[in-house]
Amino acid sequence: MRNFLTAVALAAFGASAALSQTALAQTVGFSQIGSESGWRAAETTLTKQQAEERGITLKFSDAQQKQENQIAAIRSFIAQGVDAILLAPVVATGWDSVLKEAKDAEIPVVLLDRQVDSDKSLYLTAVGSDLVHEGEVAGQWLVDHVAGKECRVVELQGTTGSSPAIDRKTGFEKAIAGHDNVKIVRSQTGDFTRAQGKEVMESFLQAEGRGQNICALYAHNDDMAVGAIQAIKEAGLKPGDDILVVSIDGVPDIFKAIAAGEANATVELTPNMAGPAFDALKAYMDDGTVPPKFIQTDSKLYTKADDPEGEYERRKNLGY
Amino acid sequence: MTVLRRIAPQLVTLAALVALVTLFFPDFLRIEVVDGRFVGPVMDIAKRGAQVGLLTVGMTLVVATRGIDLSVGTVMAISGAVAAWAITHDVSLAGTLALALTAGAAAGLWNGCLVALVGIQPIVATLILMTSGRGIAQLITEGRILTFSNEGLAFLGSGDLLGIPVPALIWFAAALAIALLMRRTALGLLVEAVGVNRSASALAGVNAAVLLVAVYVASGLCAGLAGIVSAADIRGADANNAGLWLELDAILAVVIGGNSLLGGRFSIAASLIGALIIQTIDTGILLAGFPSEYNLVIKAALVLVILVLQSPNLAHQWRTVGRAARRRREGVPLSAKAQGQ
Repeated sequence: MRNFLTAVALAAFGASAALSQTALAQTVGFSQIGSESGWRAAETTLTKQQAEERGITLKFSDAQQKQENQIAAIRSFIAQGVDAILLAPVVATGWDSVLKEAKDAEIPVVLLDRQVDSDKSLYLTAVGSDLVHEGEVAGQWLVDHVAGKECRVVELQGTTGSSPAIDRKTGFEKAIAGHDNVKIVRSQTGDFTRAQGKEVMESFLQAEGRGQNICALYAHNDDMAVGAIQAIKEAGLKPGDDILVVSIDGVPDIFKAIAAGEANATVELTPNMAGPAFDALKAYMDDGTVPPKFIQTDSKLYTKADDPEGEYERRKNLGY
Repeated sequence: MTVLRRIAPQLVTLAALVALVTLFFPDFLRIEVVDGRFVGPVMDIAKRGAQVGLLTVGMTLVVATRGIDLSVGTVMAISGAVAAWAITHDVSLAGTLALALTAGAAAGLWNGCLVALVGIQPIVATLILMTSGRGIAQLITEGRILTFSNEGLAFLGSGDLLGIPVPALIWFAAALAIALLMRRTALGLLVEAVGVNRSASALAGVNAAVLLVAVYVASGLCAGLAGIVSAADIRGADANNAGLWLELDAILAVVIGGNSLLGGRFSIAASLIGALIIQTIDTGILLAGFPSEYNLVIKAALVLVILVLQSPNLAHQWRTVGRAARRRREGVPLSAKAQGQ
């Protein structure tokens, strides 16, 4: 019926994309963790953009890193009778009762970026990235790039014990397993920060014959890579050339570095989790298509061949 | 000579630590000249130690007045953010530095007024800025890493002068200036007096309130300078992470330097060697190549050993043992030993 109306509307008013979507005007509540990092700011910006493009009214709530604020926001969304709820959960536990309230009110909930340990029946689906896969993509790029040549890799890990650090390490090691020419010779935490990335890279350079024995750097995030690139430059070497640089996240500054030839590759952790979420919601509401419980976003690899200047321009105003 | 005797335990500790690191990383003491610059782990320590070193200078003075400044790490984030904001808004380099240092001094003034005029305990007064100040820095950077490409500002973090890293020179110059100011005038004595007994020194005519405020302003200025160095180092202001937990390293450096947290006698030189000891531990762990899970455990164990060896009780026993041995060796009668103290 709705499709028919849409068709009528399209026929009557011409191919106006905006109008076709007002036919299923929706209100979606979005409970965001807060603004803990540039990536999350970009996620918020993109969610708002995606909602606007689809003619969805987005009710946005910033939880300032507190679960109780998120629970209060979800309850208020339920009271307002929204059509769906997006939730980026700050922690994994303690969501059972509020998710059940949403389920009882027949409001589908989609998790963004992070998972919860509640029963899977309590939410429609979760959109997120596979962190192990990201590490694999980075490792595979390096294996392909060195093409059988000896390569001693230094690794800048994320915060010790954090799940991105563990998973991105596992994925990379998986990808280089069986390629004896590529091996990790030094691995230390750089705490996901630029300053630590630079300091630890300086010590790697000292320890490995002023960097002469290092063929590549693998950093668990771009910020550490950006810091390390400065350390490499200050040691009188050419990052991207003397030492290959591959990292993960796809923040604007790494695209600048790739454009300048100082970094070689980055694996994007897309902040556009809302796009797939809205698609899944639309399919579910249009004809009841139940999405899988986990929708994995693309971990796209960017190198110098992928228009880094353009990617930088596209990202610089997202709030990173 | 008295200075040497005062810092001897710290120097011995540092030497022992260097020997230990050299065991794990034989090239530790090697310094080469590359492109007219001195390069080597020791130079890295001198450079990397700048941030904690600068904080330690201010912290030593604050601790000498029986206070503590928990806000210095946060003040670094604020001054770094101010510097990055100013330089990206076409303020001249001199103007940028002035603004960033003013921010640091203002933060110190706030702390000093809370402590000296309002009478709040230092740990509480500075805790306010420690917890809220990062928010101020985030407002300035809008929650992003505010990057800049000004070579003049970057020079302060990663440049070289006569082959020596600039941060090391800044650190050394600031420490020397404040140490001279304290010891070539009566200022140091007055600071110590206020630390030992504030009301007694006030009765003796010392303007304790003004002195206290001035000490916190000095600490804020040092933190401001450290913030500039840290932003210049990565060519950007990272409000979330700049100076994070460094106040604790600075307090630790003061303690390793043999200064009492109860105020009174202080030695900036000893504190600075304390800062060098901490940086040597940090860099040594990185060079030795242990898995990162062990970083903090190793650091904690080393700090524990150092503090236990320096503890007054143990020092007293060592002295007794040493004296007894000397007596036995030289047959000196008991009454002749007093000069040794």
